[in-house]
Order: sequence, then C-alpha cells, then structure tokens
Amino acid sequence: MSKPKYTIAVTGLNAIDSPGPGMAVIRSLKDAQSFDVRIIGLSYETLEPGIYMHEYVDKTYQVPYPSAGQEVLFERFKYINAVEDVDFLFPNFDAELFNYISLEKRLWDELGIKMSLPTQEQFEARHKVNLFDYGKEHGIKVPFAKMIFNTTEIPAIASELGFPLVIKGKFYDALIAHTPDQAMQHFNKISAEWGLPVLVQEFVHGAEVNVCGVGDSKGETIGAVPMRKLFITDKGKAWAGVSLDDKKLLDITRDLVQKTKWNGPFELEFMKTNEDEYYLIEINPRFPAWCYLAVGAGQNQIEALVNLTMGTKVIPFKDYEVGKMFIRYSQDMIVDMKEFEQISTLGEL
Amino acid sequence: MKIRKNIAVSDSGFIFNPLTGDSFSVNPIGQSIINSFQERKSDKEILDDILQEYRIDKNTVEKDLNDFIRMLENYKLID
Repeated sequence: MSKPKYTIAVTGLNAIDSPGPGMAVIRSLKDAQSFDVRIIGLSYETLEPGIYMHEYVDKTYQVPYPSAGQEVLFERFKYINAVEDVDFLFPNFDAELFNYISLEKRLWDELGIKMSLPTQEQFEARHKVNLFDYGKEHGIKVPFAKMIFNTTEIPAIASELGFPLVIKGKFYDALIAHTPDQAMQHFNKISAEWGLPVLVQEFVHGAEVNVCGVGDSKGETIGAVPMRKLFITDKGKAWAGVSLDDKKLLDITRDLVQKTKWNGPFELEFMKTNEDEYYLIEINPRFPAWCYLAVGAGQNQIEALVNLTMGTKVIPFKDYEVGKMFIRYSQDMIVDMKEFEQISTLGEL
Repeated sequence: MKIRKNIAVSDSGFIFNPLTGDSFSVNPIGQSIINSFQERKSDKEILDDILQEYRIDKNTVEKDLNDFIRMLENYKLID
C-alpha cells in the first residue's frame, strides 16, 4: 500500500544555543515510516538556521510576528497555502500559540490546514501564572508562585517564601535569586525582555526531570518519555540528556492527561526532590526541542500526532528505551549571500 | 545491603541508575564489592573476601568499605 504524502508547515527553525523545537520536529517527521513529507519552514528572522538547511526544509516562508495579530497571520497563510496546499501545521513557540489556537477553526474550515493544539481553556489554565491553582485542581504539587508587576512587591513575597526565589518571564526565562537585590535585578532583566507580569516562584531543591508526550483529547496518553538533563547551557537549556525509567513520573503524567483531557503535544517540567516528591514547575503546550530523543528511544510521537490528527488509527506507545541519550552539537553552515538576499527581500526561500 | 532494582552495572565498572539518569565509574575493587552485593553477600563476607585477596589491615578495609557503602547509599544505589 502506498504511503500518503503530507505537506507540513513547521515554525521554530531557530536551531541556536537556546533552540526552538522546529528542527527536532522536522527530523522526526522525516523519520516517519507511515507517510512521506514535504516540509514548509515558517520563519520570523532571516538568520534562523533551519531556513538554510535544505536537506530538512523544502521551502521556507517568513511569517509575521505574533504581535501583528491574527488577521495578518491568516492572510499570510492564505498566500502560503495557495502555493503549497498545506495539510498540517506545527506551531512550536509558546508566544505564537494563542494566535494559532484562535485561528484553528478558520485554518481548517477555509484553508484545510489541520493542527493539534490544546483548547484555549487548557492553554490558559496551564499558564505559568495559573499553574499553582491548576495543580491544586488536578492534585499535583506545584511550587507556590505569585505574579508581580513591580519590584516593590518582592520584599513581601520574600518574607513569605524566603530565599532563594525563582524569577520567571511570562513566556520564557527563569533566574534564581538569592538576595533581594538579585531578585530586583532579575525582575528588571526579565520584564525588559518578556514584559509584565513577572512570576516569583518558591524554589524547590532537587533534580529537574521532564516528560515529552502527546494526549489524545479523550484522556489517553499516546506517548510519554521522561528525560533528565545531563548538561545544561548557561541559559538553562539541555545540551545532553538521558531517557529515564521512572514509573511514578509516568503515572503522574498519565493521570494529568486523563484528568485534563489534554489535546496534542506537551512537555511537563518537574523538580524531583530528594524525598522523591515531584513538583510540576511548567507545562509547555508543544513539543520540546529535545523531542527527537523520544524518537531515538522508540516513540515517534510527532509521527503519531500527525496520524492521530489526520484520522489514521494510532496505537498508544507502551514502551521506550531507557538510558538512550541525546547530545546536542552546533556547526557552522556555509551559506550563499544569494540565499540570504532572497529570504530577506522576497520573504521566501 | 542490596543493589537497587534496575541498576545496571557493566563489566567495565560503569554504573547507570535508570531512575535518576546518574552514571558512575568504579574501580575493580568497587566493582567486585557491587558484584558481591548483587550476589547477596553480607558486609562481613565482603570484608573477609577483601582481606583474603589483598595484603591490608582489617581496620583500613572496614573504614573504606563503610565509606563506600555510605557513598552507594548517598547516591541511592542500594536499599
């Protein structure tokens, strides 16, 4: 039987030291056994490495920044779709998800583009600023956190929680503060970069463990692979990691997916204490940049998600290889100025 | 003492804890102590084995063996 061929658009081509998940998602799609794929890259900046990685990305189009709004984005997709006839779209940035969730129905109804995203309610409920209440509702431990708009609020929180504290941006970035001065510095740095509010979170001692997985919107976990970071960059990103045999963590994950009827990909970030307690510190409603480890460990969750959304029967993964490692690397690509010129002037390459 | 379930120990003395992702390397004596734990030998039996194999006084072996066991406990490699 011949395999279907899908045209799949992917954002997050910024394969830099703090990488977007796009290239890992694309690699996983290229590894898919059940379908062939043509990859359409969607870029924001002209120097995103994925634009020039033609062995992975067949064609790239620039798309407007999320701040440009949904109408501008939709118009751009009308153009891209007229040329490419896109079947499926993978948004990979937290900051762009709100727009894509809002456009999900229109993209399908008017352009025939499918996505697999959490609902607007699921997206908002798991937001960093709501996570503490989310944990309470679903019976999962979450470190206490409060959002603040001004540094004058820091002393009161510090006297309640003590130091260290974790200062977090609303979309990205987290810094640990050991003193009031440090907390204020971190607040200023993060608010300048990511805006307000800034989140101040109780610090939990332990090891960070993460889970990459997919929920089917009916309460079933299609796949889940836990990982511990073995090497972390100065930005806190994993440069190496290993798949774990952690039944308790998988049980917590399946329980959460079941209770929330999670739809689509997710990354759960936990702190595991020395007493083997798990504190949920973040839910990312997308695949993480390390999702290719799940593929390497035997779960091509990215392929499974496409099949699930395109209506092909998917059998949930039961197993994966424990002790499989990923080690990230970087290399310099040599690129013709002509290509840079083309993406810069025409917005496509 | 019992080496925790699922802990993998290779012939080269490389230990991988699949629950935590931690990995360690031990020298041949460390490896033989871990093998002895896997064979369910007691601390005393292990002590006697080392005394028989190496020319060393009992006090030193006792102290080093205890230190090693504390380390294994600390890294959650034994129950």
